[in-house]
Amino acid sequence: MVTEKELFNALAERHGVEIQKKFANSCVGIAGLGGLGSNIAVYLTRLGIGKLILVDFDNVDITNINRQNYVLSDIGRPKTTALYEHLIKINPYLNYQLHQVKITSENAVSLFSGCDIICEAFDKPDQKAMLIQTLLSTLKDVKIVSGNGMAGFNTANLIKTTNPIKNLYICGDGQSDISDGLGLMSPRVAVCASHQATMIMRLLLNENNV
Amino acid sequence: MKIKVNGEFLTDFSGNISELLQKQNLSADRVAVEYNGEILSRENFNNIFLKDGDVVEIVHFVGGG
Repeated sequence: MVTEKELFNALAERHGVEIQKKFANSCVGIAGLGGLGSNIAVYLTRLGIGKLILVDFDNVDITNINRQNYVLSDIGRPKTTALYEHLIKINPYLNYQLHQVKITSENAVSLFSGCDIICEAFDKPDQKAMLIQTLLSTLKDVKIVSGNGMAGFNTANLIKTTNPIKNLYICGDGQSDISDGLGLMSPRVAVCASHQATMIMRLLLNENNV
Repeated sequence: MKIKVNGEFLTDFSGNISELLQKQNLSADRVAVEYNGEILSRENFNNIFLKDGDVVEIVHFVGGG
């Protein structure tokens, strides 16, 4: 078994010691553990983010396998615990906080208070809007990194990161909508997830520009 | 009256935030709106009437994740 010190040192060797210390002392919340959130959780685990708050009410479905970080034996299990078991194989020494609950305007603040950054990774647009309105109007210092538009098979080059509203970073093409009949496909969803994880990483290192 | 919406000036509009969203064909339950640097709750979309010099940023969300 790799020890905590060995793993930290290996991450620090790749990332830099000061950077690794910052990551280790950071807390990121992920709202929704689907195509975006499950992939983002893997990237943040590989970075060695000290505390991850992972929230999703749902169970793994067979239709998630095309793009979400689950395997066939996860089907029917809560996404929180299924994902947790994958993440601890990458890094068992991080602090993972799991909540199998539906996020609402009533519980969002208490779920995510204490996070440096909150990652919005829902799939329904009204839920995205609800979460962002609730958190940004209540938690004045928090930054939100949100996914918006990654459906279909248009070029990945349309997916970008913007900062249109104070403390709100948006990743996506801003247009492609599953309600227009577009499917969600692994590579393009992962590009959006990578944009979000990259912006989270930059914000943790006090790089606030997109 | 001149207001700035997503970086572009609008001169032919008067009304509240809800009416601005309607004019732009945007659904009120799918947007985040920043009004003069402050994020708005949806309950305030009807109460805030735009005035000269206001700056509004609207993010419209699409489905998928």
